[in-house]
Amino acid sequence: MDRTEIPLIHEIPAAGRRGVLPPSAPPEDRNTAVEALPDHLRRETPPPLPEVSELEAVRHFTRLSQRNYCIDGQFYPLGSCTMKYNPRLNEKIAAMPAFTQLHPRQEEADVQGVLRVCHDMQEVLKPLLGLDEATAAPAAGAQGEFVGMSIIKAWHEDHGTGRDEVLVPDAAHGTNPASAVLAGFKVREVKSGPDGRMDLESLRANLGGKTAGIMLTNPNTCGLFEKDIVEVARLVHEAGGLLYYDGANLNAIAGRARPGDMGFDVVHVNLHKTFSTPHGGGGPGSGPVAVSARLAPYLPTPHVVRGSDGSYRLSTPEKSIGRMLAFHGNTGVVLRAMAYALSQGGEGLRAVADHSALNANYILARLPEVFERPFGSRCMHEAVVTVRGARKEKDIRAFDVAKRLLDLGFHSPTVYFPLLVPECFLIEPTETESKDTLDRFIAAMEQIAREIESQPEVLASAPNELPTGRLDEAAAAKELNVCCRF
Amino acid sequence: MDESKLLFTKSHEWIEPEGEARRCGISAHAQEMLGDIVFVELPEAGRKVSKGEEFIIVESPKAAADVYAPLSGEVVEVNEALEGDPALINKDPYGEGWLVKIKPDGTSGTDDLMDARAYKDSLEE
Repeated sequence: MDRTEIPLIHEIPAAGRRGVLPPSAPPEDRNTAVEALPDHLRRETPPPLPEVSELEAVRHFTRLSQRNYCIDGQFYPLGSCTMKYNPRLNEKIAAMPAFTQLHPRQEEADVQGVLRVCHDMQEVLKPLLGLDEATAAPAAGAQGEFVGMSIIKAWHEDHGTGRDEVLVPDAAHGTNPASAVLAGFKVREVKSGPDGRMDLESLRANLGGKTAGIMLTNPNTCGLFEKDIVEVARLVHEAGGLLYYDGANLNAIAGRARPGDMGFDVVHVNLHKTFSTPHGGGGPGSGPVAVSARLAPYLPTPHVVRGSDGSYRLSTPEKSIGRMLAFHGNTGVVLRAMAYALSQGGEGLRAVADHSALNANYILARLPEVFERPFGSRCMHEAVVTVRGARKEKDIRAFDVAKRLLDLGFHSPTVYFPLLVPECFLIEPTETESKDTLDRFIAAMEQIAREIESQPEVLASAPNELPTGRLDEAAAAKELNVCCRF
Repeated sequence: MDESKLLFTKSHEWIEPEGEARRCGISAHAQEMLGDIVFVELPEAGRKVSKGEEFIIVESPKAAADVYAPLSGEVVEVNEALEGDPALINKDPYGEGWLVKIKPDGTSGTDDLMDARAYKDSLEE
């Protein structure tokens, strides 16, 4: 890799160069705009804007982008994030002017196509999840969680139960307790057992007259299927609570097992994980929500329904929790997911789940011993391993291994999550990687295992072969300085 | 602060065994697991807490962790120095890196708290 430092575009020494040369203003117009400004708002000197030609600007940003680590270039085994390939067909469909030129204020009669896409997505999700009604409106997974928890809240209020506690496992994604609190609940933590699954004793101890529900991911964030889920559902329902399924790991079981059959009442789905839409990165996401029949009246508005004449329209469910965003959701993302669902078909989606588990198990089986398996040698679509032994014996941390992987051409898996396993990695290869790629990753991990034994100093100083060395993460968090003053 | 005289919780907090207002913090093990601490959210002085309640958040680049009240009582003082220098918790977890002083209200017992030796043994398990 080119290791030379890339200056900020303001710092490129090219004074006087321009990409565009605007025509001069006629003499009589000069200064009038400036004179209209109050004195104290006028600057003394011109602002230090970048001065580069168009070609220089293009090269500057292209060089920067070439240093980006991305799924289109390399393997990205980030556990819990599902960095899978997004088929180009999705993009081709989503770029069709028939969709891109729509405006959300158009009459329903004029946008039947996109309403049908939203409706069809709902119809895909219902049988896949084993639930009775769905909405594709929520604008991201986090909003889906908020919608789901708000529905549970509304149901309890409607039935006058006075319940306001939600149970969340200690291994859960941080969004779970956050969504529960935002929806107005108090959170109680359920412990995991030594096998990485929910501890039923801890569950029983936390259930009670205040229990409104539980939020679960299955398979959980340790990459393990919660085998006791039917018993968990029975206990929670008997106690008077509802079950919320965090669909973050639905990609591991799609077509093989259904949250509705396990006893869940509400589900959110992250379309980027199970249906290969782009990761939001703060941009548009989509987090559809599906519910059992008794919760359907509480779905948010607008809800897409199909009339008896076959036309599609927006409606407001009877006891709707209300509107979650300005319009009808990020329909471009829903469209990509629908393109994926149709191109895979039911069999294809099941194969996706199977291969995601096969790939993760292949890696788990072949990693060297220094990567200890706290939960045994089998997993679902992602696997937890830890270097806690190497930490004790060689003072090598997961962080050091992560940085060394960068030297060897791989993005690190997720580190230090789930929180209950010290010095851990959460590895999710996804179904879209070939055996060759997995073998190259395993070879890199084998090299690192040898280095832990014989050259631990190489890890302690990594990355050694990238344009930027090891960064001071604590300073980056405390002394944030991203301001370019003009 | 003499570590051997402190009481510890399973969730890695420590507290002074006696006194009107008792200092508490997180253990050396806890700060080491978290790594460089970059932010601490402390409660207001005067807040009443129940044993086991989340009342402080400690953040590192790795994770944000809740700190649980080791005893029930009132928070009577917080360590203001942490605001400017949260790394004090890493440097001196039993001394300058203390978090708050709690005045116990006598409603919660200390039987389930461990002495330094028992805590150390529990980490070996």
